[in-house]
Amino acid sequence: MITFTTTINGKSYTRTVEARLLLSDFLRHECGLTGTHVGCEQGACGACTILLDGQAVRSCLMFAVQAEGHAITTVEGLSDDPKNLHPLQQAFRDEHALQCGFCTPGILMSMVPFLAENPTPDEATIREALSGNYCRCTGYQHIVCAIQRAAGVKPKNAHPE
Amino acid sequence: MKPAAFEYIIPESLDHLLQIKAEHGDEAKPLAGGQSLIPAMNFRMARPSLLVDLNRLPELAWLHVKDGELQVGTMTRMAELQHNPTVAAHVPLIAETVPHIAHPQIRNRGSVGGNLAHADPASELPVVAVALGARFRAISASGERWIPAHEFFLGTFTTSLQPQEILLEVTFPTRQDRTGYAFAEVARRHGDYAMAGVVAVVSLNAQGQCDSAQLVYLNAGDSPTPAVTAAAMLIGNSGTPAAITAAAQHASMEEIAPYGNLHASTEFQRHLARHLTQQALKTAFERARAEFLPHP
Ligand SMILES: Cc1cc2nc3c(=O)[nH]c(=O)nc-3n(C[C@H](O)[C@H](O)[C@H](O)COP(=O)(O)OP(=O)(O)OC[C@H]3O[C@@H](n4cnc5c(N)ncnc54)[C@H](O)[C@@H]3O)c2cc1C
Ligand code: FES
Ligand code: FES
Repeated sequence: MITFTTTINGKSYTRTVEARLLLSDFLRHECGLTGTHVGCEQGACGACTILLDGQAVRSCLMFAVQAEGHAITTVEGLSDDPKNLHPLQQAFRDEHALQCGFCTPGILMSMVPFLAENPTPDEATIREALSGNYCRCTGYQHIVCAIQRAAGVKPKNAHPE
Repeated sequence: MKPAAFEYIIPESLDHLLQIKAEHGDEAKPLAGGQSLIPAMNFRMARPSLLVDLNRLPELAWLHVKDGELQVGTMTRMAELQHNPTVAAHVPLIAETVPHIAHPQIRNRGSVGGNLAHADPASELPVVAVALGARFRAISASGERWIPAHEFFLGTFTTSLQPQEILLEVTFPTRQDRTGYAFAEVARRHGDYAMAGVVAVVSLNAQGQCDSAQLVYLNAGDSPTPAVTAAAMLIGNSGTPAAITAAAQHASMEEIAPYGNLHASTEFQRHLARHLTQQALKTAFERARAEFLPHP
């Protein structure tokens, strides 16, 4: 067992775990942060994406103990008030960019740093940036619209107000 | 728990890491970005008993240009290779190729050395390394040695690294005058492993004729696969459509040996390789000509 300390959404956690515990399982089972979803556990689906020191990474492809000293942000860290969502979350809501919502946390956590680096992306760039996240419900069109909306671009197929 | 239990060590220094490798050999698995190793452990296809985490040794992550080479420390992340302007300026082929390797989230974590040491025949960077004539610096407690790229990759997931060695550094020759570089691949989805892909490198002499050429393929055998005869067919040619077509035909039908898989039969892979070769060679010749400054 290994004792380590990490910061998640601004709060410090010190825990003693087995080295083989995945960061994704640590977040969900030890910290109760079940917003991080787990689909494939092989890096392909993107549902488990979180921010590690501000960069999007797969939490299923890291061991929890590797987070020692790092700052993690999960989807719970985007907003703690359902009435005051993060602008990207609000855009997803406005554009109906989710159905079952399984993929949504991973997409949000991938797109937050993407939009910080590309404040006015074109559609092709958005679609390429989404290549690391599977959504089996929406067909992606509404997701693209939501990201455009969050970037302040009027989506071509915007949802009527 | 998905992975089988293992002992986890964070080495204090490179020397400490090499001591661990000297003592435990292959049983001590380096954990680099974990983007290939951890999926394999999650499915228990890999069950290493000891993981040595390379992520806390800053002396393993660096890159710079020196003596006509881009020199890259093994733990440099692929995202760094993609975005560092030094790479694009000095080895444009790398900057062109890296965006095709997996997805941004994987490249943020996946390392250059981990990608190369993993030696996946479908992987892009090993093909770039062989085409450019990269060199690999292997180190163990008893010394170090340089391995040329074509001797590094022995087969699927197999390299010439010895059980007590780790990969420390890889160096890529920087761009040459009058030389064009191009990469082309086809994947079902951007970032997925490709069904076929090729690197083309073409150098022109003062008369604008090809005096050296390289064609190297991914997913065309059990390691990066050069098409030596097809490349030699281009020597003395200025890159005419007929010469390019003939070289592409020869490479795709005679020199590569794709295995075929669920997504692409062997025939389809050859078909893709032929088209990709034409495309990459055309681009490489154009780029070499754009660089071409005829003597006064
Ligand atoms: C969804 C997904 C898609 C992907 N798509 C692609 C793709 O299209 N193209 C592609 O090329 N790759 C792809 N990859 C693999 C990715 O590029 C990996 O990052 C890379 O292959 C391994 O790098 P790593 O640093 O994560 O190594 P790790 O997974 O940590 O290690 C891989 C292996 O190399 C060994 N190793 C690591 N460093 C050293 C060293 N310094 N010395 C000796 N041995 C060492 C490890 O012990 C292990 O056996 C994909 C991965 C995922 C999850
Ligand atoms: S659960 Fe991590 S990428 Fe699918
Ligand atoms: S909304 Fe169901 S998977 Fe994306």
